[in-house]
Amino acid sequence: MTAILVHDDAPATGGHDAVLTLNAVTKHYPTTPPVRALQGVTFDVQRGELVAVVGPSGSGKSTLLHIMGTLDRPTSGEVTVAGHRVSDLSDRDLSALRSRHIGFVFQQFFLLSGYTALDNVADGLLYTGMTLATRRELAAIELERVGLGHRLGHDAMKLSGGERQRVAIARALVGGPDIVLADEPTGNLDSKTSDAIVALIEDLNDSGSTIVVITHNPEIASHFPRAIGLRDGAVEYDKLNGVH
Amino acid sequence: MATMLTPSRLHSADVARTAGVGLRTRKLRAALSALGIMIGIAAMVGVLGLSESSKSDLLAQLDKLGTNLLTVQAGGGIGLGSGQLPAEAAEMVARIGPVEQTTTVSEVDANVYKNDLVPLGQTGGITVQAVDLNLMDTLAGSLDDGVFLNEASAAYPTTVLGSVAAERLGIAEVTGTQLVWLGDQWFTVVGVLDQFDLNPDLDRAALVGMVAAETYLDHDNVPTSVLVRADPDFVDDVMNVLAATANPENPEEVEVARPTDALEAREAADDAFTALFLGLGGVALLVGGVGIANVMVISVLERRSEIGLRRALGATKRHVAVQFLGEALLLAAIGGVGGVLLGYGVTTGYASLRGWSTLVPPIAIAGGIAAALLIGAIAGLYPAVRAARMSPTEALRSS
Ligand SMILES: Nc1ncnc2c1ncn2[C@@H]1O[C@H](COP(=O)(O)OP(=O)(O)O)[C@@H](O)[C@H]1O
Ligand SMILES: [Mg+2]
Repeated sequence: MTAILVHDDAPATGGHDAVLTLNAVTKHYPTTPPVRALQGVTFDVQRGELVAVVGPSGSGKSTLLHIMGTLDRPTSGEVTVAGHRVSDLSDRDLSALRSRHIGFVFQQFFLLSGYTALDNVADGLLYTGMTLATRRELAAIELERVGLGHRLGHDAMKLSGGERQRVAIARALVGGPDIVLADEPTGNLDSKTSDAIVALIEDLNDSGSTIVVITHNPEIASHFPRAIGLRDGAVEYDKLNGVH
Repeated sequence: MATMLTPSRLHSADVARTAGVGLRTRKLRAALSALGIMIGIAAMVGVLGLSESSKSDLLAQLDKLGTNLLTVQAGGGIGLGSGQLPAEAAEMVARIGPVEQTTTVSEVDANVYKNDLVPLGQTGGITVQAVDLNLMDTLAGSLDDGVFLNEASAAYPTTVLGSVAAERLGIAEVTGTQLVWLGDQWFTVVGVLDQFDLNPDLDRAALVGMVAAETYLDHDNVPTSVLVRADPDFVDDVMNVLAATANPENPEEVEVARPTDALEAREAADDAFTALFLGLGGVALLVGGVGIANVMVISVLERRSEIGLRRALGATKRHVAVQFLGEALLLAAIGGVGGVLLGYGVTTGYASLRGWSTLVPPIAIAGGIAAALLIGAIAGLYPAVRAARMSPTEALRSS
């Protein structure tokens, strides 16, 4: 499959095939003093896009990922994921939305030790209602896609860092979510492994997955077709890199 | 493009799988925390099993011994009475309708020694009793070795020793030539008895025939006790009239007893111990429950990132609660099943040691596991709610 998105010079906004839309999203933490982690963030992610959200530590990236992933609700503003307005949904609905429509990748991988790579990936579908057999079948296909077809039965915690992150990526992708959100996916990896993971993410995007990668590393962001710069909880820039 | 959302779902088989994650990744801790429950349940099952086994053994024993044996003895209290009954007591008692069998025992004022060199007075607590020939029949006694007295031997200086008496006189096997120094004469030992279950006094006696007692020991054979087998349906009636029948002039000097009552009383005392141990088992269970709650609270704190991840994968709060509650239940169930097995094992071991048949009441097994699960549920509730209430973003940020 070839890339299905042809970018204009200007970033897409409010396109009819937006998988994710954020409209004037703010997030305030009611600490003393209160923290304004996000201050009016607006952008869309179109189906098939690969977007980097880049900014220094403390700029609000993780907060933004949690809100995009419906793990947290904005203080104000509107979030829509896969056509569902988050403000219309109950907590149970949000769980349902996450179970089928959103995939997550974390810096720390968060794999279950003592369980095989296959079962860790299959757990990506644990709450979908699919049977174990189906989950494992899809998991095996997904592990193959991330280049770990030979590691299905290995204890996830005995794999190398790069392999673990591949397992985590497979877990996020299994079942074909509408959007995959990755928070510093290369943050715990050396630069060589990190490059390989970035390449994998590009490959997966090429074959159709919509992926948002959060990173503090502008170098990584510059590889991706589109980069959204975040500073002090606000969008500093939203540009196409002219790659691909 | 908004489609209907398919609700998050966790199959019941997956509930069990997720509940096992903590146990699988922290095996030692799981084992230790299940141990408290296991000990508590084992104590309860063991105590109930032992009590039930010993009770059933008692019932079997009572069944064998018969609860229709009554003793009539001259007052004075413990043991074969020191006083005397009227000479005709046995005949009068035998005339009571529902009395099936009587046998007379008359204590002889004589001592027994291993030989004539043992200093006087060192009797070893062995008494000499003149007995009727139907003693064994009436008491359902049995011989360990040799023979019992018969018409012939009862008229000669021969004796049959009770089990304790034989042991103290150093006679293990009857050869037919062993002599004991009884009332300043040599008596030949012709038999040794097995232990009596209901008349331990006779275990410590050297038994001689009435004729021999009269001939060689100058004894009057006035009964000190009469042992009675009554019709099982009229035992109480017989008991009521025994004293007045045996000694019409001084019925208050007569003591009537049913020896099986003593066994039942001992069993009742055991019941008090059973209650005590059940209480201790309950305390162990409680401590076990607190242990599980404690381990679960720690587990929830340690596994924040797992909880956050599961929420990200689409778990609802309820799914998270069910997982941790399930884990607590699983721990408790392991403890409960282990406890039942341990308790059953202990009961079987002890029962076979005592020659009882093992009898663990099914209610103790079912109750033990139910109690364990209940405690697991209570112990797991708070940690489960805490896990469910954890904010997924906090949980994910924690590591
Ligand atoms: N739960 C919270 N309570 C209070 N402040 C928070 C909380 N989470 C994040 N913050 C603050 O919000 C700001 C943005 O944090 P974060 O989203 O983690 O940024 P980044 O991922 O870019 O480092 C920071 O100042 C951080 O301290
Ligand atoms: Mg961050």
